Amino acid sequence: MKADPEGVLTGVHYLDGDKACAEGGIAAGCRFFAGYPITPSTEVAERVAERFPMVGGIFIQMEDELASMAAILGGAWSGKKTMTVTSGPGFSLMMENIGLGAMLETPCVVVNVQRGGPSTGLPTLPGQADMMQARWGSHGDYEIIALSPNSPQECFDLTIQAFNFSEKYRVPVMFMMDECVGHMTEKVVIPPAEEIEIYPRRLTKKKPGEYLPFEYGKDLVPDMAHAGDGYFFHVTGLTHDERGYPDMSWQTQEKCVHRLLDKINKNADDIYILEEENMDNAEIVVVSYGITSRVALRGIQLAEEAGIKNIGRIRLITIWPFPEKRIRELSSKIKAFVVPEMNYGQMVLEVERCAVNRCKTILVPHAGGTVHKPELIYEAIKEATK
Amino acid sequence: MKAEEVKTLERKRKPKKTQEDFEDHPMAEWLRMDRIPHIWCSTCGIGTAVTCFVEAVKAAKIPREDITVVSGIGCSGRIAGYIKLDSFHTTHGRAVPFAVGLKLANPRLKVVVFSGDGDLISIGGNHFIHTARRNLDITVICINNFIYAMTGGQLAPTTPPTAVATTAPYGSYEHPFNLPLLAASCGATYVARWTALHVRRLTTSINEALQKKGFSFVEIICPCTTLYARKNRLGSGLDLMRFYHDNSVIAHGADVRDVDIEFQSEIKVGKFLDIEKPSYLDKYNEYLKQKLGDKFKPYGVNT
Repeated sequence: MKADPEGVLTGVHYLDGDKACAEGGIAAGCRFFAGYPITPSTEVAERVAERFPMVGGIFIQMEDELASMAAILGGAWSGKKTMTVTSGPGFSLMMENIGLGAMLETPCVVVNVQRGGPSTGLPTLPGQADMMQARWGSHGDYEIIALSPNSPQECFDLTIQAFNFSEKYRVPVMFMMDECVGHMTEKVVIPPAEEIEIYPRRLTKKKPGEYLPFEYGKDLVPDMAHAGDGYFFHVTGLTHDERGYPDMSWQTQEKCVHRLLDKINKNADDIYILEEENMDNAEIVVVSYGITSRVALRGIQLAEEAGIKNIGRIRLITIWPFPEKRIRELSSKIKAFVVPEMNYGQMVLEVERCAVNRCKTILVPHAGGTVHKPELIYEAIKEATK
Repeated sequence: MKAEEVKTLERKRKPKKTQEDFEDHPMAEWLRMDRIPHIWCSTCGIGTAVTCFVEAVKAAKIPREDITVVSGIGCSGRIAGYIKLDSFHTTHGRAVPFAVGLKLANPRLKVVVFSGDGDLISIGGNHFIHTARRNLDITVICINNFIYAMTGGQLAPTTPPTAVATTAPYGSYEHPFNLPLLAASCGATYVARWTALHVRRLTTSINEALQKKGFSFVEIICPCTTLYARKNRLGSGLDLMRFYHDNSVIAHGADVRDVDIEFQSEIKVGKFLDIEKPSYLDKYNEYLKQKLGDKFKPYGVNT
């Protein structure tokens, strides 16, 4: 279906990533937002608070991030598209209810504008060190989807994509921005509503009495009912069967957990978004994401100026599920992956895992607080040629 | 005991009841009978509370599909799993903010949080006070059994001084919360307390709370014989009910500052507060309409 024109600010704008993300959410049909202020993400909430009263949405500033996350799950179950936004410390607080969201298969979007950590870290400065937390932060086995934009335009476009994935796969989607992308102001083109594709909620067509909350079809994703629709359904964070009823047997645990993983992993080909450049004869491939992908461009340029040829570039837009297939395939063709990221080695572990011993994997770490010096990336590329 | 004797005992054990055995139960229409028998201990007061709630819903004549029940974690957290309404069993302490989401996203719903004292007031205390402050239109029913029962009898924020718990083996030396005072001082518009013995009055209070616009709160003092009574040598379920009978004092309109509960002391019960105050959504719509005029799109008015 197409976007509701009421929320779409069609036109050419000059926006920062945070505000563009808010506009993306509104264009995607988000009409319930619960959040708690935290730098550098607050501008998303501020924009939503300003815009929602005019488009029939409801914004509430909750008492903390635990509450924000719980509220957007509740909001999704009574019929709204919902989102929240935070940064590192708040993201940590949301983790338990992100697990509940995964377990109840609740569509919602969680934006994390990453700053330097750990703990309070660098509130106003960038980091990319929550990438593993996005995937593994809540206890137990589950899968989520995570996307990472590298420009305000993408903050708009990919927020819509995040909502669409969350609806299609009934899963919380982590929108992993960073302080640079969040606070960078650029041109953002918002298309007309009829050009914005929206994935509607998968509501059950079954009658009350026939509906089972976790009965799934071919794509492994169950259809949903909303509270108030007369289905009298029950859902629980306990291990449950197709009826949604708790069942403490290992057999039900196996079935319940396995599908939560499978519904993402088996549909991964549909979820991967990768940007690739100069891959035909690539010997060295720079893998990056978020703001670091823009710094990497300059690093590659320096290497090319120094005479190094055949440098390919991959930008991870979908972070989770990790594009294993593509990295594995490349690893037997190339000499080395160079992975700059604003942490001491997170996504590089995935690259290394997929490359095993087929090619070198070189991390270009950075603790955050500012972006990499492009020279560091150039040095790593130079080392990769050896 | 010899192995043979054990076998004999097993043979004598009654066959497990099936769903059909419960079909004519008066509550059958309102419970997920395919989940009965429930996990609560015999003489637990939670079942009584659920019955009172159902009677109140019937009396309030609220369409069934308009009511949603949210629970947290603990013995009382299991209520959502047995009641045949749209029901959510959420995380520990977060039933209230989950309910806030449900209510705000669809204001037509009558959202009821049904949970325990540890869940609502200890780990969930922050959400409780802020939702009361906002006068958000939900009903919170708190089963207060003075103890963490599901985990085996630990100290709760409501455990009366000197009462024994597994993590207070010599008795509690903490100051407990006075729940009606907490709710009222934070902004609730309706506050009542009954024991599980006061079924008729409790039903009336839940009915009133459901019909109250704003944050309504009902505390139910509930017997836990398996843990609280056993640890404190208070006797059987019947002994606890007798204690409620002999020691409850109906004090409608009592000053909430005076309704503390000491160990095995008099329990003041009644309707302590029933006031009118605009709810969160009333304020939202009224204020923004005034500020923004025609640009404002009122929220949840016709849904």
